Amino acid sequence: MNDLAYVPIDLGQLLLASALIAVNVALSFALRLGLARSLLVASVRMTAQLLLIGLVLAWVFALERPLPILAIALLMSGLAGVSAVQRTQRRFAGVYLDALVSVTGASFVVTGFALLGIVRVDPWFDAQYSIPLLGMVLGNVLNGISLALDRFTEGVTQQRGRIELLLSLGATRWEAAHALISDALRVGMIPTVNAMMVMGIVSLPGMMTGQILAGAAPADAVRYQIVIMFMIAAATALGAFGVVLLAYRRLFDARHRLRSDRLQRVPRPQR
Amino acid sequence: MHHDDDALLVVQDGGRQVEGRWLWRGFEFALRAGERVALMGPSGSGKTLLLRALAGLDALDEGTLMLRGTPVERWVMPSYRSHVAYLPQRPVMIEGSVEDNLRLPFTLGAHAERRYDPTSVRATVERLGRGETFLAQDALELSGGEQQLVALVRRLQLEPTALLLDEPSASLDDDSAAALEALVDDWRTGAPERAVVWTSHRGEQLDRVSDRLVRLEASA
Repeated sequence: MNDLAYVPIDLGQLLLASALIAVNVALSFALRLGLARSLLVASVRMTAQLLLIGLVLAWVFALERPLPILAIALLMSGLAGVSAVQRTQRRFAGVYLDALVSVTGASFVVTGFALLGIVRVDPWFDAQYSIPLLGMVLGNVLNGISLALDRFTEGVTQQRGRIELLLSLGATRWEAAHALISDALRVGMIPTVNAMMVMGIVSLPGMMTGQILAGAAPADAVRYQIVIMFMIAAATALGAFGVVLLAYRRLFDARHRLRSDRLQRVPRPQR
Repeated sequence: MHHDDDALLVVQDGGRQVEGRWLWRGFEFALRAGERVALMGPSGSGKTLLLRALAGLDALDEGTLMLRGTPVERWVMPSYRSHVAYLPQRPVMIEGSVEDNLRLPFTLGAHAERRYDPTSVRATVERLGRGETFLAQDALELSGGEQQLVALVRRLQLEPTALLLDEPSASLDDDSAAALEALVDDWRTGAPERAVVWTSHRGEQLDRVSDRLVRLEASA
């Protein structure tokens, strides 16, 4: 093997790749989809964010102390929590805190368990492992949480009559909310379950492909992918359950009342 | 603080506001055992909100609510709501047959010691002039009036002490209205304590079903 196991990509090659977006722009113009503008914005954002994180990661990997790595991990999960809420249509006071606690709790517990117990990295906080693993978990937990939260608050709004029927028949708040909670968790888990179902058949996951491109043996790359998928499944379930439970405690009070007055519709959720 | 010994539900100095405006304030009300009260007031005077507060579905913004002399805060709510039954103006049916709807309350922990009684339900359905097939009908396909009757039968199975009816006859034809009044009468005569509150913005039918009139004035 020579000094690099993969072909590095230079600036010219990047520009060539960006020409591919022309396909989308052309389609948008031809079909009058009106997407050209947001496609271009998204492309520029994606490129800038990734080039920047490339620089940041190089710096982070050089760190050998746990505290700055932990700080970066917290910043990442904070951003994930905020974007999880920004995709929901109905909000309540404290929703950001609930999302933050759920995202951070679920991702840290699962990533920590993987670093210490499964992969057994030494030292356990080694940024080359902890940051990418956490990042992958966060991205998925974020999706799960915003889907579950959106479904739960939507359900509370749409099924207000049914909920209050149950409450006035003498149901506890848990009995009245139970169907909504399990429905929200089911919806939150759909992307993860779907991804696991077709993984390796329809899709070759990004992390695994990346490792193979970087020269890892496919058999090893596959094992990492299996580990990360179990991490994602566990963290998504934990995060979705956490956020739905916290939202439940805010929207159903201790006097077994539905507090739909605490829910507000957001005029236009961000995409 | 004193009140009649036979007072079932009491509101003292009750107030409820919506978006910073008081709908009613300093409201005094007592529902005594065996009473039939008509609650009147123009649309928007907060009749529904008062019934919801009495049922413990909304909190009062001011004042005290008591059931049998015990403040609502000291009641376990599922137990409180088993005693105080609230039927909204628009009945809510769950997906499934009429019988599925009638069985619904028995899935709740608060009524674990009660059993669905098919014989008595069949007798009630017959009394309403509906045949055997009524129980198998899709509840969501029923007319508004029929749903109102099913909601009442569903609730009365739990033998509440106080019944709060919000504009119950708004969606009923004359026959169904008579059937509903008969059901309420049957339930009420089952025990001397049982009391009922009806709301309406129309006067005439309330005269027939009530002994006392309470006016809810919009506090300007």
